[in-house]
Amino acid sequence: MKLINKKPSSLVDKPMRYCPGCGHGIVHRLIAEIMDELDIREHTVGVAPVGCAVFADEYFNCDMIQGPHGRGPAIATGIKRSKPECIVFSYQGDGDLASIGMAETVHSAARSENITIIFINNAIYGMTGGQMAPTTLLGQTSSTCPAGRSVAVNGYPIKVCEMLAQLEGARYLERTSVSTAPGVIKTKKAIKKAFQNQIDCVGFSMVEVLSTCPTNWGMTPVQGARFVDEKMTPIYPLGVFRSPEQ
Amino acid sequence: MAEKILMKGNEALAEGAVRAGCRFFAGYPITPQNEVPEYMSWRMPEVGGSFIQAESEVAAINMLYGASATGIRTMTSSSSPGISLKQEGISYCAGADLPIFFANVVRGGPGLGNIAAGQGDYFQSTRGGGHGDYYTIVMAPNCVEEMGNFPRRCYELAEKYRVPAMVLADAILGQMMEPVEFDFEPVDPKTLKAHDWALGIAAGRERRIVRSYDLREGKLELLNLERMERYRKIQEKEALHENRQTDDAKLVVAAYGTSSRIAAGAVKMARDKGMKVGLFRPITLWPFPTKALATIAEHVKNFLVVEMSMGQFVEDVRLAVCGTARVDLYARPAGVPSADEVFTEIEKVYQGIR
Repeated sequence: MKLINKKPSSLVDKPMRYCPGCGHGIVHRLIAEIMDELDIREHTVGVAPVGCAVFADEYFNCDMIQGPHGRGPAIATGIKRSKPECIVFSYQGDGDLASIGMAETVHSAARSENITIIFINNAIYGMTGGQMAPTTLLGQTSSTCPAGRSVAVNGYPIKVCEMLAQLEGARYLERTSVSTAPGVIKTKKAIKKAFQNQIDCVGFSMVEVLSTCPTNWGMTPVQGARFVDEKMTPIYPLGVFRSPEQ
Repeated sequence: MAEKILMKGNEALAEGAVRAGCRFFAGYPITPQNEVPEYMSWRMPEVGGSFIQAESEVAAINMLYGASATGIRTMTSSSSPGISLKQEGISYCAGADLPIFFANVVRGGPGLGNIAAGQGDYFQSTRGGGHGDYYTIVMAPNCVEEMGNFPRRCYELAEKYRVPAMVLADAILGQMMEPVEFDFEPVDPKTLKAHDWALGIAAGRERRIVRSYDLREGKLELLNLERMERYRKIQEKEALHENRQTDDAKLVVAAYGTSSRIAAGAVKMARDKGMKVGLFRPITLWPFPTKALATIAEHVKNFLVVEMSMGQFVEDVRLAVCGTARVDLYARPAGVPSADEVFTEIEKVYQGIR
């Protein structure tokens, strides 16, 4: 028999604590496969966020650091500048990256830090129990906007890729989705490019992944995937917003 | 090594850190410490290190968190409001056992306060400062030369015990110029021992994790108990102080940093008038030299605390003498007393001694 697939060696062999239908597990696996394929596991340092993915430091089989909410890009900056020979990635959710950590996101992009950011946008705070995120859609309910997000009270969702695309330092920005199998394949391709860019010293690379949170959305996993395609994608269109080839 | 250089306090602080092997600095402008990042902006590249002007104090301390996790000597500096912003990150460093070094060139507070000297950050510095249960080693220089020489000791203690360490200065110490003689040869970071916790190239070893949390039942307390034991050892072994003319004293003035220099002048005035007055100056504020002060209190029954704050430092003096002596307070919150004013206070207290 021919082995056609196996667990990536860049992933620790243990059960993940993520909920059924959550996108974190998929994206973790993609990152791990890419670390294997690029053979960078032994010189990669990952930054785990605050939120559900705080446990990423247990799942990735490489050196990891877990830091304060929103500060991933600053921590990654400190590591990369001190150890330029390392590949440094920061894994962050929407509350982390687009709310409390927006300054670190914008300024690390402006400096074009040679780091890779994986940004999981599921339009809600997961770990804390489903509060409104900066990316929560208008009309979408959450535990802190139970009647639905309204412009009058909560303002508009933040489109991070579109915003960062204004910065010269943001060398590579792409938005993908893991709600479908083709989307997962495209996401892998994008994340691989974001890592390859760092190897090639291209500068700041970020992939925004539209992901699912069926638990806090009050949906089944199937309904959750549909929500991404039908509700999120029209507001957060998929595609490349900046690329080094531009 | 015996060369004397005329330096500004903030520059001595920066140069002292560089000579001690610092190769990463992240900071954000705030008066009265701006000479530190300005100096580091050219000095770091000169020695092959990194300098970053961060977007905020919050980002700066987190850059330090990442950089020091790779095992190198790092530094950030700020002044009071900026240090408040850094406290969350300092707490993370304490929780992750990272030996960062930072300096607070204190200004008047609370709030925006002013940009003159103050000692209002004593509690913040000596009681942890951020959230959670932790301590930071605090060294309090009282001259420019000590500004230059204390960073090395901070690095050594921080690495020995895996705790953050800081220099607590103030606007006067940061801004004035004095001759400096560095009491150590420059440290080549390549000669420092590699840490067995540092992140980086993992070839041939198990992966490492730097973090400040443990959500498993009962585990966090075990981590904290182990850290508490390290704190106990620091308190037992690393307290530093200076006594002047305390042996025959009837009254001992207790003061640190800038206050201790002013107090030294006032003590001399008192001695010139035949009064038996001495000076006790803690050099480390945490660990506080409790035993040294308690020893003085065995024969001295009157203390006068002089501090440029409302009565923060006085609490540690009272805890150390533990009711065995009378402790008076001359508080100048964000005010700088003259030696004459301190002398007047000494006279008042001295006259009341029976």
